[in-house]
Amino acid sequence: MRRKGRKGVSYAKYGYLFSLPFIIAFLIFSLYPTLYTAFIGFTNMKGLIHGPVEILDNPFKNFIDLLTDNPTFRKSLVNTGLIWILNFVPQILLALLLAAWFTNQRLKIRGQGTFKVLLYMPNIITAGTIAVLFNALFSYPMGPVNSFLEMMGWIDEPVFFLQDSSTAQGLVAFIQFWMWYGNTMIVLIAGIAGINPALFESAQIDGANGFQIFMRITLPSLRTIMLFVLITSMIGGLQMFDIPQLFLLGGPDNATLTTSVFIYRQAFSGSYLYNSAAAASMIMFVIAAVLAAILFYVMRDRDAARLRKAQKQMLKSARAGQTMERGM
Amino acid sequence: MNTIKESSKASLTVNRTIAYIVCILLALLSILPFWVMFVNATRSTPEIQAGISLLPSSHLMTNLDVLLSKSFDPIRGFINSFIVSGSTTILAVYFSSLTAYAIVAYNWKMRQPFFTFIMAVMLIPTQASAIGFYQFMYQLEWTNSFLPLILPAIASPAIVFFMRQYLLGTLSMEMVEASRIDGAGEFFTFNRIVLPIMLPAMAVQAIFTFVGSWNNLFMPLILLTQKENYTLPIMVSLLRGDIYRTEFGSIYLGLSLTILPLIVVYFLLSRYIISGVALGGIKE
Repeated sequence: MRRKGRKGVSYAKYGYLFSLPFIIAFLIFSLYPTLYTAFIGFTNMKGLIHGPVEILDNPFKNFIDLLTDNPTFRKSLVNTGLIWILNFVPQILLALLLAAWFTNQRLKIRGQGTFKVLLYMPNIITAGTIAVLFNALFSYPMGPVNSFLEMMGWIDEPVFFLQDSSTAQGLVAFIQFWMWYGNTMIVLIAGIAGINPALFESAQIDGANGFQIFMRITLPSLRTIMLFVLITSMIGGLQMFDIPQLFLLGGPDNATLTTSVFIYRQAFSGSYLYNSAAAASMIMFVIAAVLAAILFYVMRDRDAARLRKAQKQMLKSARAGQTMERGM
Repeated sequence: MNTIKESSKASLTVNRTIAYIVCILLALLSILPFWVMFVNATRSTPEIQAGISLLPSSHLMTNLDVLLSKSFDPIRGFINSFIVSGSTTILAVYFSSLTAYAIVAYNWKMRQPFFTFIMAVMLIPTQASAIGFYQFMYQLEWTNSFLPLILPAIASPAIVFFMRQYLLGTLSMEMVEASRIDGAGEFFTFNRIVLPIMLPAMAVQAIFTFVGSWNNLFMPLILLTQKENYTLPIMVSLLRGDIYRTEFGSIYLGLSLTILPLIVVYFLLSRYIISGVALGGIKE
């Protein structure tokens, strides 16, 4: 008797109940601050102790000023893009090459476990520490890198690496590359492991060599994963902060000033231009949202979506049939 | 036929040699900066300026004295970082598991929209809300508190997503039903029956959450202004300042101290970390 009664219990409310902590925390710590940031972007909020906050006469003034009248902000966008490209292109190429080697059945690289552990290691280390460490390694006139280059006889006198804009950008890009190629490699290796082995076997039987197999089977099968890597890396690159902030504090001559460092500086060091920083954050948010939308559009589960659609239609027609029956 | 076979064998050997050389060079590139750092932590400033060495020297204690005589307090930083990262990890993993269970086990009306929503907010950058977040916390007088660094972890979309994938593959509703028939409440069933099933996935997520929080610089840098609250990454930024300008040995020692625990943990757990990266393609 009792059991029968229990069966009728609807458990749906527990779905809501158990999601509640997530929803509350999200509303308080994520949604509200995001909306608040957007709001601040339209106001006159600046200065550590600011007067009453009012929406500007022209609400979009902060955005327009940033985009048309602020060379530093534009420079920060260009720097972010440039440093990201300089890091991503070698990163994906090297990761692909290593993934191809590690999964090649004929090559049979030994010690893969050890190589993976060592190549991935920089990714787990505090980026802030790495930034300060590289700053010390490249110091002038006597730092380990300068000592090494002199010892090898490759340079005659110490080089002031960190004073040159292009070198500084290149080094930030290199550090990012060095920290992330191991991660990308492991993701790609997992992707290759997921490819149907029959594809490789039949290609081998057809007499394809390693390079052909890689170009014709591995690469096309990795398309979705590579796109995932690309977009997540872009969104991650957009937020690049720790390395440029602690490596050279955005210098020399703002060459390593990224958008995140720009936002931080506008709001928190000296000038307290919260409104301008908030507007810059929103511009960044829009860029990230567009990138994420592209990712979801391409990665959406087409089969699952089709299945749901079919189920809905079946349900609809079944219901229609029922009402018809009843009506008759 | 034979010559083809031999030449392909020879090219295989060449390829293999190149692959090994590249891998070994890359492995050295991973190790060397940290090696130089640890070695220089034991050398005096004149020794460091005289050139590089791969062997340690004997000035560890002098460097430590200089390091600790100024504003750098690695023990304080370690404790602060541990409090923040530990609490963040527990909240993030527990509540993400609970949310994932709500999505997988119960049939509620908003379940699909809720999940789509979680996917949509997964990639929102922290910086997008940082200014509003700071102002909000300032009004609550929560700056210099660890709470704003810990509590947001209750809503961790990426972990919910991962946990849901895992539950879809492992949760059997028969077990939940059996527990219900035994008269157990839903919350009890989750804690005693479902959580143990999720432990392997929770462990993987715990490692990544902990490391991510441990390494986080942006939010603590904005919120924490008092020295006694500094986490390790902010403390690292002190090493870059003027106070240690010429004390290179101490700078390297300070850096070493901040990442030594990470390196130890990494080599203990590397197997799980590597397989975790392969599973989730986790990117920050």
